[in-house]
Amino acid sequence: MDRNEFRQGLRGGFPIMVAASPFGALFGALAVDNGFTIADAVFMSAMVYAGASQMVGIELFGNNVQPWLVVLSVFAVNFRHVLYSASIARHIRHFTLVQKFFAFFLLIDPQYAESERRAEHGLPVSFSWYLGFGLVIYFPWLINTAIGAAFGQLIGDPKAIGLDVLLPIYFLGLVLGFRKRDRFLPVVAASSVASVAAMHFVGSPWHVSIGALAGVLLAACLPLEREPREMHAVEKGA
Amino acid sequence: MDAEHLNLIYLIIAAAVATFATRVGGYVLITQFKQIPPRLEAALNAVPAAVLTTLVAPAFVYGGFDVAASMFVAFAAGLRFSTLRMLLVGWVAVMVVRHLIL
Repeated sequence: MDRNEFRQGLRGGFPIMVAASPFGALFGALAVDNGFTIADAVFMSAMVYAGASQMVGIELFGNNVQPWLVVLSVFAVNFRHVLYSASIARHIRHFTLVQKFFAFFLLIDPQYAESERRAEHGLPVSFSWYLGFGLVIYFPWLINTAIGAAFGQLIGDPKAIGLDVLLPIYFLGLVLGFRKRDRFLPVVAASSVASVAAMHFVGSPWHVSIGALAGVLLAACLPLEREPREMHAVEKGA
Repeated sequence: MDAEHLNLIYLIIAAAVATFATRVGGYVLITQFKQIPPRLEAALNAVPAAVLTTLVAPAFVYGGFDVAASMFVAFAAGLRFSTLRMLLVGWVAVMVVRHLIL
């Protein structure tokens, strides 16, 4: 373990943890609302560790949907992680088998996005950095789930205090972080149209997989723009 | 622990296995290739924007005026500021729209 890299990971993950905290609490509150105990809610956060799909899962569970459909929906919402793990393979080749196990377990959206950005900027994606970044988000996620479950009633209607817009805005911020990549605009346009149409004609959660597939296929079909870029100079912050 | 609660525990474990499968599946598939073809590389580079967009666009279109307006304001803020400030701006915007305008 490289302490310096680990600390860098902690610092990098900290703002994500702060941003994710309301969602952990919101999940805890909604889980109790759908018949979970506090322990169940924390158990799910610890085992699944995938915010959006956890929300979908408890929602379906609360509506007495068949178990296989709940699991399938969680799979569909998280299907993008297949693409993440394929894409991140290039950057974590040097991890040991055990390190890869932990790396995949912790592979949530910001973990993937930040690892990609780090590699793009020519910084090492070391296991120490990766673990620091992951753990500073993982453990508070569990604590916030417990807090939300315990004090769920105090939150009341999430819409009244505007909690419901934070998730899409957060994902919008992640999208903007990739705006300098080749083919960004056509990909975003294709995925927007496809996901909105899929939401209308097929319904949630399939709009995620269908919309993503449209953007990715378009990127694969467009003419190749240029040779692999030279490494960017290290940007500050972002 | 009663049977119904036990079923919930199994359901959570099944959801966890399904999630882990997605997180390791792509790696297992991709390591079958010796060298990544350029078009596959282009596809992989498009993954984050393509996926994350699907979590944004439907909310913007179907979320109602309050959600769309605050997302638009947040978008403008996001071109300049960090994600955390962007969240704060969007949050203030939705509170203003919901409590002062609508």
